[in-house]
Amino acid sequence: MEPVIEMRDLTKRYGDQVAVDRVTLHVPPGEIFGFLGPNGAGKTTTILMLLGLSEPTSGWARICGLDPTRAPVKVKRISGYLPEAVGFYEDMTAIDNLRYVARLNGIQDSQARMRIAERLALVGLADEGKKRVGAYSRGMRQRLGIAEVLLKDPRVVFLDEPTVGLDPDGTQRMLEMIQSLSRERGITVFFSSHLLDQVQRISARVGIMLKGRLVAVGSIQELGQQSLGVGQERYTLEEVYMRYFRQGPMAAA
Amino acid sequence: MRGLSAVYRKELEDHFSSARFTLLLTLILMVSLIMAYTTGNGLRKELEGFAKPALVFLLLFTSTGALFSLAQFVAFFGPLIGLVLGFDAINRERAQRTLAKLVAQPIYRDSIINGKFLAGLTTVTVLLAGIVLLISGLGLRELGVVPGWEEVGRLAVYLVISVLYVGFWLGLAILASVLFRGMATSALAVLALWIFLAFFVPLGATLVADSVVPVPTTGQAEIDTVLRHETIKRAVSYVSPIALYTDATSVILDPMRKTTRALVLVGPLERLSLSRFQNPLPLGQSALVVAPHLILLVALTFVCFAISYAAFMRQEVRTT
Ligand SMILES: Nc1ncnc2c1ncn2[C@@H]1O[C@H](COP(=O)(O)OP(=O)(O)OP(=O)(O)O)[C@@H](O)[C@H]1O
Ligand SMILES: [Mg+2]
Repeated sequence: MEPVIEMRDLTKRYGDQVAVDRVTLHVPPGEIFGFLGPNGAGKTTTILMLLGLSEPTSGWARICGLDPTRAPVKVKRISGYLPEAVGFYEDMTAIDNLRYVARLNGIQDSQARMRIAERLALVGLADEGKKRVGAYSRGMRQRLGIAEVLLKDPRVVFLDEPTVGLDPDGTQRMLEMIQSLSRERGITVFFSSHLLDQVQRISARVGIMLKGRLVAVGSIQELGQQSLGVGQERYTLEEVYMRYFRQGPMAAA
Repeated sequence: MRGLSAVYRKELEDHFSSARFTLLLTLILMVSLIMAYTTGNGLRKELEGFAKPALVFLLLFTSTGALFSLAQFVAFFGPLIGLVLGFDAINRERAQRTLAKLVAQPIYRDSIINGKFLAGLTTVTVLLAGIVLLISGLGLRELGVVPGWEEVGRLAVYLVISVLYVGFWLGLAILASVLFRGMATSALAVLALWIFLAFFVPLGATLVADSVVPVPTTGQAEIDTVLRHETIKRAVSYVSPIALYTDATSVILDPMRKTTRALVLVGPLERLSLSRFQNPLPLGQSALVVAPHLILLVALTFVCFAISYAAFMRQEVRTT
């Protein structure tokens, strides 16, 4: 199957600093891909390049065969993006916030009304739609963000640390929501996170970034065997991640 | 296109429901009411016993009543309307973390700037048209004169020029909102520029003219020297759109003026006596005189836009 997300030698420099260093990666349709790495590893920068929001210094990326640098609008039509710590228009209601995004996506108001109601119900905010977002809690905002991302019926979504600041129950619900996107809607999910056990629970494959370099890609089992040696029956992402972290970015082949 | 219209709609709704719009509207209403009353009253008294001169209606906008004329008011405070409506256009989106998701929607980035500008311009048009209509209506009552087509035409042209003028300041404010991340910084920057253009440029123009063509203070100055002095002063003062606007509107609102030469302060009665020897310039001719001013004004606005686009396209959108 043709990969939904594809990048080759993707590189971003800010002056002397290399934020993303020759990253090559494929994500097949419908997969939940966990993107890991310590602060400043280059996760957000990679996502921005995949969406055409930041221009790669070298290398290229494709989203469903489209070049985000050359055809950013087409890429944005099929991709949803939840930025880290997403914001809303605080004085507007949740429904009005969503309606604005629907209009930006060219969805007719009549159709938008149904979609908005449906997406709000999906994230458990059906009864809070008429509230001002200013009165929303952290968890409600995060869920509203997911509803917003889904408005356009995306084929792929990029979620930058979607569980940050959520309580255990909220985290659990967020993870279930992400899983249902992939299972029920066939959406490809590319998400970054620092919470290893959660990533382990929902993602088929993970990538580990260190100082701009992608040091490991694969299922947790594969990575465990590669880095810790064959023998263990089950590897935890925790031990795998720490292993790569200690080896440092130069250990990458 | 659809991005533009969506942004435009939202921004327009925001403007009309915002506290700052209410504030501007109240301020403008108050000033217009006071001005219409004082100038209307003053004019009526001065004209008592005289035959009503041609185009008397326009005097409502140009004669300085108790404080200043409407034309002067807009020249001076119009910029503030533009600045207030635009100084936080882009950086507010950044501060409330909506910018990243906004540019992640399938629209071109420039339609964000354009939509915001057009919404601001619409708001400005509503405000300014409101002032002109209000003053006309009240003046009609005070003076008891119905404006002729010529006057209505001139007022319409005046309105267009004023909208373009405030539009320039709006463009400038939006540019500041792109360049400065802090909203307070942006507000201060545009205010500083406004003060510079409103107060320091005229001062500088005089200084430059004085040093290039000194006019002797004692004795009779050569008429030629005085003229050259004035020409240089005017040329320098055109650095400021305020001077451009003041000159352009004075020609449009005062048909007796045939050039955009510096304002000679004359009272309505002197104006009357002048009109016996002169015929008013037709509107078309007046418009021709001010066309270069308008072109310059629009060009300046486009410069603001060009810089805004260039800066905004390159900017990182990340929120942290
Ligand atoms: N506009 C910029 N100018 C210069 N350097 C930048 C810029 N944006 C990011 N960087 C640098 O690029 C590197 C990667 O940043 P990035 O935000 O992609 O990391 P991240 O993996 O998302 O980290 P976090 O987990 O903290 O979100 C960092 O070292 C950062 O300092
Ligand atoms: Mg990040």
